[in-house]
Amino acid sequence: MSQEVLELQNVHAGTIHAVVPCFHCGEPCPDHAFVADGRSFCCFGCQTVFSLLRDNGLDRFYQLQSAPGTRVRAAAPAAKWKFLDDPVVQARLYDFADATQARVTLHLPAIHCVACVWLLENLFQLHPGIGKTRVNFPRREAAITFAPAKIKFSELAALLASIGYEPQLTLGETGKAPAPLLRQQAWLQIGLAAFGFGNIMLLSLPFYFGLDSSNGPWFRALAGWLNLAMALPVVTYSASDFWRAAWLGLRQRTLTLEVPIALGLAALYLTSIFQVAAHRGPGYCDSLTGLIFFLLCGRLFQKKTYDRMTFDRDYKGFFPLSVTRKTPAGEESVAISRLRTGDRLVLRHGELLPADARLVAGAACVDYSFVTGEAEPVACAPGTRLYAGGRQVGGAIEVETVKPVAQSYLASLWNNEAFRKPRDHDLESLTNRYSRGFTKLVGGAALGAAVFWLFRDPAKSLPAFTSVLIVACPCALALAAPLTHGTVQRLLARRKIFLRNALVVERLAVVDAIVLDKTGTLTTPDARGVQFQGPELSAAERDWVSSLARHSTHPNSLHIARALGAAALPVAGFQETPGGGIAGQIAGHTLCLGSPAWVRSRCQPAGGPPAQAPEAAAAPSVLVAVNGRVRGGFALENSPRPEVEQLIARLGARYELALLSGDNGREAARFEKIFGGRAVLKFDQSPADKLRFIRDLQQRGHTVMMVGDGLNDAGALRQADVGVAVVEAVGAFSPASDVILDAAELTRLARVLEFSRRATRIVRAGFLISAIYNLIGVGVAAAGLLQPMVCAILMPLSSASVVFFACGATTWTARRMELLDRPLPAAP
Amino acid sequence: MSVVLILILASLAVGLGFVCAFVWCVRSGQYEDTTTPSLRILTDEPPPKTGAAKKKLK
Repeated sequence: MSQEVLELQNVHAGTIHAVVPCFHCGEPCPDHAFVADGRSFCCFGCQTVFSLLRDNGLDRFYQLQSAPGTRVRAAAPAAKWKFLDDPVVQARLYDFADATQARVTLHLPAIHCVACVWLLENLFQLHPGIGKTRVNFPRREAAITFAPAKIKFSELAALLASIGYEPQLTLGETGKAPAPLLRQQAWLQIGLAAFGFGNIMLLSLPFYFGLDSSNGPWFRALAGWLNLAMALPVVTYSASDFWRAAWLGLRQRTLTLEVPIALGLAALYLTSIFQVAAHRGPGYCDSLTGLIFFLLCGRLFQKKTYDRMTFDRDYKGFFPLSVTRKTPAGEESVAISRLRTGDRLVLRHGELLPADARLVAGAACVDYSFVTGEAEPVACAPGTRLYAGGRQVGGAIEVETVKPVAQSYLASLWNNEAFRKPRDHDLESLTNRYSRGFTKLVGGAALGAAVFWLFRDPAKSLPAFTSVLIVACPCALALAAPLTHGTVQRLLARRKIFLRNALVVERLAVVDAIVLDKTGTLTTPDARGVQFQGPELSAAERDWVSSLARHSTHPNSLHIARALGAAALPVAGFQETPGGGIAGQIAGHTLCLGSPAWVRSRCQPAGGPPAQAPEAAAAPSVLVAVNGRVRGGFALENSPRPEVEQLIARLGARYELALLSGDNGREAARFEKIFGGRAVLKFDQSPADKLRFIRDLQQRGHTVMMVGDGLNDAGALRQADVGVAVVEAVGAFSPASDVILDAAELTRLARVLEFSRRATRIVRAGFLISAIYNLIGVGVAAAGLLQPMVCAILMPLSSASVVFFACGATTWTARRMELLDRPLPAAP
Repeated sequence: MSVVLILILASLAVGLGFVCAFVWCVRSGQYEDTTTPSLRILTDEPPPKTGAAKKKLK
């Protein structure tokens, strides 16, 4: 993590001051308490690891990558690993064991960089009982040989955990994944295809040069049958995936892209058998095997590119959530990717459980609608197991995680069918629009060419048919959009701008109206600005208010809680009214905190005006009522985020803008100045008003993007074609949003929109390239001029060029737009 | 019969031998991980063997 990002994270504290990243793990250091060798560390754990590595001559770890470590928390008690000394457990986990040494393969999810590989493979330097270690990077595994006489298995696990690589043990039989078999099969398929292709080429060479006449017909027959024999495993085994996919497609009565390929392969092999058997010619086994070989190579390349994307996503904390963790020192906000099993978390109203957890304290009422679609919240008693993806409704609860965070699981929830937008189906993806009917068109062209040649020169009919089918393979067409959008998603995630899926890029590009929320989006209350107006609050009252406010994730509540201190009294009957306020009972007193209109409506009419605050000061935007009497109000000095004016100016030039705020019109004048009269400004808007406003815009034919804080605008975000949630290190996450934006990146919104427009242009260009290939290819092939063999080489080449174009042009655009100012990290 | 026949059979035998070797090395897991070796080569220098390395862990 770079220095700059850390500084930005601190902006909300009101002042900008440099935060020193931990030398070991790169997390911000809270203060400069831990210093060794002139380096700063965020915690004692990191400092210990550093000292340990330095003392053992392993400090090269820090030269290979900056801040390569993972944060080490207070080491788990050694007792945690005791069970590993049980021979039964060992027998299940060991790969191999004899009298002097044992070998075990451990899953270490923390492996993420070159330095990790190096450190783990030099583990023997740390303990004389450890022998050779081999790391398997893609699987995050290390195979460690050790001498049980010198270091017990439990000690080895504890040592790994103490340097930040806590092993993740699966004792179940399912622990051994069947994945490697599939990968092995892919390699075997390519290998066999290459063998068949190479040897068939050798045997066919004499025919290419017309040398067969000198050897007589017996050679021709022999070569023909040998070719057929060698091509058989290639057709049946290497190409099996194409057959299966085509068959599946046909059974579902859809013409998938594999159907023409399978048809072409079948045509080639059957013709070859016929030609050889009837002594008509040498067949096309060379083209056939070559085609399969190149197809498989293309597929491998494609898979590698996808793998790299998912790696970036999984490792770089793709899922943009953070939660509040309770530590002995207090509460801290931490990214969910850094959570460990056994952490204590505090979840407030509306926050999502990032991992399976056990309820420790608080009245949990968990809404599993993201997981099951069932909206009725379930009340749980302490000790109950809660499942990842559940959402707390009501007051804050405390939980202890029992399972590691599964980012990919949470990401899949985000993509859940249940959160599809009402308008999702209206906007068809580019690829669908372009490739519909493509297969039919190709089939028609191939058939046309075959029929044409049947009458003119029957010998050319079948090769022309096959050539057209193969050369028109629309792989390039299918690749352009996912690769471009995937790259956009990956690059933006590096900038802390997270897109729900690739389709969002297309949607962003067609947006023409933007609706902005004010509080928490365009403005941020600064800590200095929380002023209480009215008779001074007593210490007890301050504690009540802050205890109530900390249950909510609304930006105003957060800032009031922060300003009033860290009291955490139990709150009963907590309620939150979106767009209104929060209420609850503390120590027998009923408190309401919220917008003036909402609080007054809940008070007795006799409540009277808030104590005669001087009207000259800013009117309070949040009122407090105790036991039905308005006690006073907080004036929250909201200051616009830096550079908001420039952002509005840039957006205003292109989009129709609107500002909808739940606040009163107190700040109308300021925002009229910022928006310069171009936009619709509306104050005192309820969530329902916002939703209606967006629907009206859509009915007038606009594609609307809504920018809000994600929680209080959930309905509007869902209604909008693109919902953007601006978050400030808050775990409140609304699955209705399509984009999650780190608050510090808000000013880049205009650039993100521009980037997505250019990305769509790149996709179109990719389509154009592949269309040109296909037009030329099909034309030449139909004319009977192209050998199937040449098509087989051309086709993967065209795919590869589209892949390079899509990834390269997108990265280049991002760099030119300064969305990517840091150099790319070393590819994994 | 021609000497070509012998040559073809010999070349096929060699080719089949390589296929068998390939199948063996895929099955024995040599293609399992094609990423780590490329990272390992970046860190070829062995760490200096200091006296501290012999020190016992706490």
